[in-house]
Amino acid sequence: MKTEMGKTGAALAAALLITLGGCAAQGGKTASASDKTDKHPTALAQGEVAFASTYAAYPSTPTVVRNVVIYDGEGARIDNGSVVMSGGEILAVGDANLAAPAGATEIDGAGKFVTPGIIDVHSHLGVYPSPAVEAHSDGNEATDPTTPDVWAEHSVWPQDPGFSRAMANGGITSLQILPGSANLMGGRSVTLKNVYSRTAQGMKFPGAPYGFKMACGENPKRVYGSRGRKPSTRMGNFAVNRQTWADARAYREDKDHKYDLGKETLSGVLEGKILVHNHCYRADEMAQVIDMAKEAGYKVTAFHHAVESYKIADLLRENDICSAVWADWWGFKMEAYDAIPENAALLDNAGACVIIHSDDQNGIQRLNQEAAKALADGRRMGLQISDAQAIRWLTFNAAKALGIEKMTGSLKPGKMADMVLWNGDPLSVYSRPEKVWVDGVLLYDADDPSRRPVSDFELGQPGAGDVK
Amino acid sequence: MSGPLNILRTTLLAGLAIATTPLDAQTYAITGAKLVTGDGSAPVENGTVVIQNGKVLAAGSNVAVPTGAERIDAGGKYVTPGIFAGFSRVGLVEVDAVSGTNDTRANSSPFNASIDVSPAINPTDSAFAVSRAAGVTRAVVSPATATSIFAGQGALVDLGEDYDAVSVPRAFQFVEMGEAGAREAGGSRAAAHALFRNALREARDFGSRANVRGGGAAQSEGQSLSETSPDLRMLESNADRPQDVLLTRFDAAALVPVLEGRQRLLVHVESANDILRTLDLKKEFANLRLVLVGASEGWRVADRIAQSGVPVIASALNDLPGSFEMLAATQSNIGRMRAAGVKVAIGMIDDEDAHQLRYAPQYAGNLVGLQKVPGATGLSWDAAFAAISGDVADIMGVGERYGHLKAGAAGDVVLWSGDPLELSSAPERVWIDGVEQSLDNRQVRLRERYRTPQEGALPKAYER
Repeated sequence: MKTEMGKTGAALAAALLITLGGCAAQGGKTASASDKTDKHPTALAQGEVAFASTYAAYPSTPTVVRNVVIYDGEGARIDNGSVVMSGGEILAVGDANLAAPAGATEIDGAGKFVTPGIIDVHSHLGVYPSPAVEAHSDGNEATDPTTPDVWAEHSVWPQDPGFSRAMANGGITSLQILPGSANLMGGRSVTLKNVYSRTAQGMKFPGAPYGFKMACGENPKRVYGSRGRKPSTRMGNFAVNRQTWADARAYREDKDHKYDLGKETLSGVLEGKILVHNHCYRADEMAQVIDMAKEAGYKVTAFHHAVESYKIADLLRENDICSAVWADWWGFKMEAYDAIPENAALLDNAGACVIIHSDDQNGIQRLNQEAAKALADGRRMGLQISDAQAIRWLTFNAAKALGIEKMTGSLKPGKMADMVLWNGDPLSVYSRPEKVWVDGVLLYDADDPSRRPVSDFELGQPGAGDVK
Repeated sequence: MSGPLNILRTTLLAGLAIATTPLDAQTYAITGAKLVTGDGSAPVENGTVVIQNGKVLAAGSNVAVPTGAERIDAGGKYVTPGIFAGFSRVGLVEVDAVSGTNDTRANSSPFNASIDVSPAINPTDSAFAVSRAAGVTRAVVSPATATSIFAGQGALVDLGEDYDAVSVPRAFQFVEMGEAGAREAGGSRAAAHALFRNALREARDFGSRANVRGGGAAQSEGQSLSETSPDLRMLESNADRPQDVLLTRFDAAALVPVLEGRQRLLVHVESANDILRTLDLKKEFANLRLVLVGASEGWRVADRIAQSGVPVIASALNDLPGSFEMLAATQSNIGRMRAAGVKVAIGMIDDEDAHQLRYAPQYAGNLVGLQKVPGATGLSWDAAFAAISGDVADIMGVGERYGHLKAGAAGDVVLWSGDPLELSSAPERVWIDGVEQSLDNRQVRLRERYRTPQEGALPKAYER
């Protein structure tokens, strides 16, 4: 389901009540609040991590793509270049004459393009999967306005068919799964490798820090206000948040505290180990959140759905906060009324960090097209932004906001070989992924139906294994 | 664009278009165009289109330019008919989640089939201006269901900047017959079919009493009723209205033109089985003029849809099993249906149907892109553009008047900066009914106000 905007105008109001987009984060490291050894709330041995990632890359073949246009993800473009992958890593990126390891698969990329694997910082795949039946609706623990104790990974259904579409049509290799936005504090997110597994742990991005989902504005106040509970206003939103942060600070200082799952997460945020992803539309509200974060002592990593970021691009740049945005969604709710398609380009032009996100199981299949539209809208108003820079919005900048930019998000030697070979310019509507590698493993190949993932849910159903 | 007499007449005669002749229309001759006519044919290089009295006077290669026409040199750029949004709710919604501005459905109304969206369509909605700036000039506007499988009657509109948006009021009735229909009917598809049959029976009875012609069901001569045909008692006509009527008189009356085939019936179904069961309705109600809407699994029964001659307005890019009625969804659906001979256009079904009509070219472009994907079935560029222009008009029965650049059709014309299906392109000039349109809207104003975010000598509120 379209988590934030709902789909039909008709179904929208009802959908919003149930399915609110959100954000959170995850990772392989614990962000245990305190290293205090005063309590032993788990049976894990020292150094063991709860719900640790069990992801391991499948065996890969050294591969070279030559004669190809390269967008490196950090804003550079190389024409007629080569990329060499070996041992699951990027070995080299350069001109046409790069040496290849013995036995490497050679791919002629003439007329084609490569980019880093696309990264979506805002997805609800797995927690609001397809089919969108009530039994699968696990994205919002909408029973309390703050649920910092919940972890999105415990809702992830690894058989969501959406993962396969995100790869085959969108070139998605990593994605952050967030709790929804019914709550002011929705819980921890989890960052996944887009590689099917029997378990959620098997998809967890090793070493990725956790994220923490927060939500401003209409959703929390509507969900709880409609039940006669606090918050029912924006000032109520802030009051609940501030008290929660104050309590978290007190928890950290109290050496005799009783172990509290939620406060452990909040402490992780205050220590900078857990990254805040804050659903927030309006410019004025983002400015209030920035001050709240200063008061509480944490940092906002990214504002998501930030349709009004263009109004405070300077403030966001100064505070080093990314804006994760759609190209052109608007009008589905009051706080999305001032959205403009030039938002991303205006932010980039002001030197602020831009990420193109989806919050949608269809949009995630076309983040490249969303970037292309946002780029074109910017150019039409006279802003000068390169194609390669627009690709950065879905790769390096996204990786940075997830805290995984040292591992993936650009084509640099030593990084994970997460890469897409496009059958044309990825900024054209006519182009699609031809091959997708994760850690150097070919996991989608348009030319080979056996490299087309089919989830358990689809197996044996009409259309299983079809082109999608 | 229409006088009181016309309004009165169309009130009486459902389905007739209001004549549109803008008073301020100039004569334009756009020359040197890469001319797309909207019928699926290849673009004409160095083409000309002449717009006069609000209509296309001529379009093609060797077209004479009338004296006095304002000449516009397209310089080789694309000139096309405006986009015709195949299924939408534009003009019914300003902000979806603000209920006072959302007229798509009526949860507490006693009426269903009789609901006519025409008076609710508000051409000053922001989405009109935003869509217009993106080259959308016409749209199919449908109500949504609330308390019945019947949503009511939809209209065809133009997106011009005036208060006369409705081109064809009551152009169709919209009904849900899949999962949503089952829900509205009380909980099952069987109930939806019972409700449908009962409603048409009541309409026929109502029509008979009112001496409306053609109210009969399909018991054509020589056709024996098969075992799947309904009990005859379900079809019989009574002189008086029976006691067990479920429809208001108003709703029954509204379904008479559906029963008689004078008004199209747009049926939303997604699954292959629901599609076939919908096509079966023609066996009982022979005059129905069906149009399938959605049809995500249409490709599985494409031959049978083609055989029925029923056209389809489909979602372009559905490829997920969002529900159990679209398990086999694939982006190749439209291409495969078209290859099987189905007339198919692109619509916004369960999509951002009020605000994002501007996605139509992107959706069409994606189907063109599928041609390069092994195993997928896409559309040629020419067919893809037709699927968002001429084919929509043809399916809605207005192909002579809209959606095409041909003599006599409305002067809905767009001059594009580049390939209209490409993401980097945008309209440079737009005409609707021969009147050049402003491309301004509040998104443009906001953009300009915040070109630099900092406040200047005065607050932003003073910049406009």
